Amino acid sequence: MSPLDASITAPDAIVAVRGLSKTYKSGFQALKRVDLDIRRGEIFALLGPNGAGKTTLISIVCGIVNGSEGTVTVDGQDIVRDYRAARSLIGLVPQELSTDAFESVWATVKFSRGLFGKAPNPEYLEKILRELSLWEKRDSKIMTLSGGMKRRVLIAKALAHEPRVLFLDEPTAGVDVELRHDMWQMVRRLRESGVTIILTTHYIEEAEEMADRIGVINHGELVLVEEKTTLMRKLGKKQLSLQLQTPLQAVPEGLGHWPLELSADGSCLTYTFDAQGEDTGIAELLRKLNALGIDFKDLHSSESSLEDIFVSLVRTHA
Amino acid sequence: MNIHGVRAIYRFEMARTFRTLMQSIASPVLSTSLYFVVFGAAIGSRMGDIGGVSYGAFIIPGLIMLSLLNESISNASFGIYMPKWAGTIYELLSAPVSYVEVVLGYVGAAATKSVILGLLILATARIFVDYEILHPFWMIGFLILTAVTFSLFGFIIGLWADDFQKLQVVPLMVITPLTFLGGSFYSISMLPPVWQKITLFNPVVYLVNGFRWSFYGEADVNIAVSVGATVGFLVLCLGVVWWIFRTGWKLKA
Repeated sequence: MSPLDASITAPDAIVAVRGLSKTYKSGFQALKRVDLDIRRGEIFALLGPNGAGKTTLISIVCGIVNGSEGTVTVDGQDIVRDYRAARSLIGLVPQELSTDAFESVWATVKFSRGLFGKAPNPEYLEKILRELSLWEKRDSKIMTLSGGMKRRVLIAKALAHEPRVLFLDEPTAGVDVELRHDMWQMVRRLRESGVTIILTTHYIEEAEEMADRIGVINHGELVLVEEKTTLMRKLGKKQLSLQLQTPLQAVPEGLGHWPLELSADGSCLTYTFDAQGEDTGIAELLRKLNALGIDFKDLHSSESSLEDIFVSLVRTHA
Repeated sequence: MNIHGVRAIYRFEMARTFRTLMQSIASPVLSTSLYFVVFGAAIGSRMGDIGGVSYGAFIIPGLIMLSLLNESISNASFGIYMPKWAGTIYELLSAPVSYVEVVLGYVGAAATKSVILGLLILATARIFVDYEILHPFWMIGFLILTAVTFSLFGFIIGLWADDFQKLQVVPLMVITPLTFLGGSFYSISMLPPVWQKITLFNPVVYLVNGFRWSFYGEADVNIAVSVGATVGFLVLCLGVVWWIFRTGWKLKA
């Protein structure tokens, strides 16, 4: 990707990152001149292996870590110069379950709202707690809650000041299936209400399910940013598997034109093709099989998942 | 100015105080009462007056200062150390609050608590000894100034500490000896001449004497120096806190 001109920000960008670098005191370079525009109202998934720089990037935008070089603006407000305006727009759900132990759920959510400069609004807080199934637990001390419930508390805290941009750092790490689905629903509802969502994850499934766009970060570099559908179309491969009536010894010569693989027991032929191509070659292949008298009892096609794409990307750039 | 933010921090800290009422209020009041019983009633009855004031009454300002310094430091340092330790500091760092507002919230709450404690000890002392307060406004002034200054100092210790031991080491190894040797229990004139000189380097001497002057109009040192030294220390602490928040030292990577 070519670096973006610092003066140009896409008109619909709510978060604009320009030339952002971070070198820790240890000498470790966590981010290398990252340029990124997050569009208003989208769900953006930042994918990357552990230590790729996902959390560092989020932490700089939110003001927890100082960047070494580069600028970040949130809705046009510089995160250093206009930190008040920028930060009041942002909500952050951190990766770690860092909560107060002795506070009640209600007190901690109320605290968060005040801290971000908003006047008290019990009705709004009640709405959030109800949506997150925390209302019944509002008077419980946080230390008595389960891990999943604590995660919900962190989300409630992040939403307490009605942010326009929500950062979710590994929101579903160690979370059960039910909560994960609840969370996905909540994220969609928030997006519908106009909130921009940036989530980091290493569950590809999550990005595939949720995101409008996907960024892949590896070794502190943004390897790619793409619409999810484009990405999957561009890099996705499809496979056609044919379960044969009678096992074959080898791929017949007449089929040498197609990249085919025969399973070890000779009962399954697999054809890999580019999903993007105009002519997939399937029809031709099936006609040829018919002509050669090779019968099959079943067939199914599958698309490569984002996970396959991701693994191949990270490998290429390793 | 993020008033809601200051209020949120202040309330959070005060709620913590009321949750730990036994530890934060009852225990210092009890321990000070024990001092009154031992030094004021038991030993004090055998000691002569100091500067026309009975020994029991003489030690009141010093005892209040003793608790005030310890509680201000431990309260404020604990208040900011806990979020660092528990990881909840992320919220404070990502919030639209300036360092002035953070300090107002944390130090304001710690100082409030210390002033309440000081007044409680003063009330408790009444049970054991008779005393008068010649300059009540100055007395309150010293109380607040000292509480604020040492809460600010404690706040710095809490920012600096990265384990529980460091949190304890300054109050235990520096403040406690200085307060015991700061003339809480004696007049400087009772010391041998050499120590009378040395003791003037102890900042607590100025705090205790300033405070004692507001009670009885008598002090071993000049009051202007007392006030000046305390305000000077306050300004120094403010400078350090400003620098910490500007650079993110011990707070941000």
